[in-house]
Amino acid sequence: MKYLCLIYASEIDWANMPKEQMESTNKEYFNFTNDIKKSGQYIGGDALQPTSTATTVRVRQGKISTTDGPFAETKEQLGGYYLINAKDLNEAIQIAARIPSARDGSIEVRPVLVFG
Amino acid sequence: MLMPDDQEMAAQQAPQAAERNEQIEALYRSDSRRILATLIRLLGDFDLAEEAMHDAFTIALHTWPRDGVPQNPRSWLISTGRYKAIDRLRRSARFNAASADLADQLEATASSAADYTDDTVHGLEDDRLRLIFTCCHPALTPDARIALTLREVCGLETEEIARAFLIPAPTLAQRIVRAKGKIRDAGIPYQVPAREELPERLDAVLHVVYLVFNEGYSASAGESLTRHDLSSEAIRLGRLLIDLLPEPEAIGLLALMLLHDARRAARASADGELILLDEQDRTLWNHKQISEGAALVERALSSRRFGPYTLQAAIAAAHAEAASPEATDWRQIVGLYDVLLRVESSPIVELNRAAAIAMRDGPAAGLALVDAILARGDLADYYLAHSARADLCRRLGRVPEALASYERALALTHQLPARRFLTRRLAQLRASPQNREV
Repeated sequence: MKYLCLIYASEIDWANMPKEQMESTNKEYFNFTNDIKKSGQYIGGDALQPTSTATTVRVRQGKISTTDGPFAETKEQLGGYYLINAKDLNEAIQIAARIPSARDGSIEVRPVLVFG
Repeated sequence: MLMPDDQEMAAQQAPQAAERNEQIEALYRSDSRRILATLIRLLGDFDLAEEAMHDAFTIALHTWPRDGVPQNPRSWLISTGRYKAIDRLRRSARFNAASADLADQLEATASSAADYTDDTVHGLEDDRLRLIFTCCHPALTPDARIALTLREVCGLETEEIARAFLIPAPTLAQRIVRAKGKIRDAGIPYQVPAREELPERLDAVLHVVYLVFNEGYSASAGESLTRHDLSSEAIRLGRLLIDLLPEPEAIGLLALMLLHDARRAARASADGELILLDEQDRTLWNHKQISEGAALVERALSSRRFGPYTLQAAIAAAHAEAASPEATDWRQIVGLYDVLLRVESSPIVELNRAAAIAMRDGPAAGLALVDAILARGDLADYYLAHSARADLCRRLGRVPEALASYERALALTHQLPARRFLTRRLAQLRASPQNREV
């Protein structure tokens, strides 16, 4: 099954992170990504620019309306994602638990809907 | 219309048929959960498995009286259920291509499936464990875990569960449907967790069992103090669990439930009034059950891998094994609370420890601790904290404070027996304010 792991963490904490810690976290992410590539569980993944760069778009009565910022203000913000292959939810949970941000943020694991 | 001969034959067969029906009913009671657990594994779907099982029992009702009971009734029911499920899928395949694929897949594995005969009893037990772990998966909401466990593992009817939890049956039915939907759509596997996941996953299972027990033991609202059916269901689940997986904390939890339940008959008077531990008639306690609980505590403690359930059970055993309130070993109980606080720190454990300290060192020492807990605000809205404080003040002769705390406790609980108890205490205290030993 395919699962999308949405990474939520505090942007403020991230922005205020000391340089050495930032480097070691990045290295952890790099290693984790490599590991799941080697095991064949990686399908895709990206980090996102902070929510200060976000734009929310809606179309109402045929008119586009755009607003600044994310759809919902929350304590933790969507900061990146992995799309993975896992046998079942238990395996997906085990993989999600290895994402470095799971330790200070949270990972939402969502099965991908298959049509047909 | 029956011909005379047929009637005669039917009359001869009737007692035998009735006997067979009883046999099938007994088999349903004893084995339907095992059969269901295996069918869920074989068919990969809760609802399909349930239909398949009912089909199989229905066929048994028709054919066994005529052809006799098969040698391995359980495996007969499993394989019949499985073929009926494939049949159902084939019939719906006309409308749904996915059903056809699934039927093909199931049929292909059917021939190689010698995995449900009685020779592999062990495999069947594994299926029950799989079912328990799936129903108690932490990805399901706690409410759903309880409902699903009682429905699928214990085989209670939806209506029975709804009644026990004082919620409308459609609400409960919906909860179960959603939970099954999540199992299917999120890919919750039908398996016993791997060793490294086991401690966390077992905690989730034990928590479900404990919640079911508590729901039965101390009804959260309404008239009856114990809804005993739920407690005995929880105990049955606890026994099943240690048969399948004798982990120390599972043993500890069973012990805890047995020890609490052993005092059931003494917890309330004939007219439903709450009776506190030190005022209970100890001859009403179920001493056989206490011995069993105490032996299980020993077994769990000796593993040296015990946790909070075992420690609570050890405390319950210390109470239960005392011949009288005065004979209670409060030093041992305080010691056990100290360990429990280290393993699982919580304000409620602190409160209970304070009550034990009051028994060991006197009410003043206990009151200081209770006041410190209340001052932190943790249990400000917990009626038992105020009623404990009131009790200590009463024993110290501080009547106005005792009255105020009983009033506060009364304002915080909706449990009728607890309310009556508090009202009674208030009346006694008001009637004799000068009496220091009420």
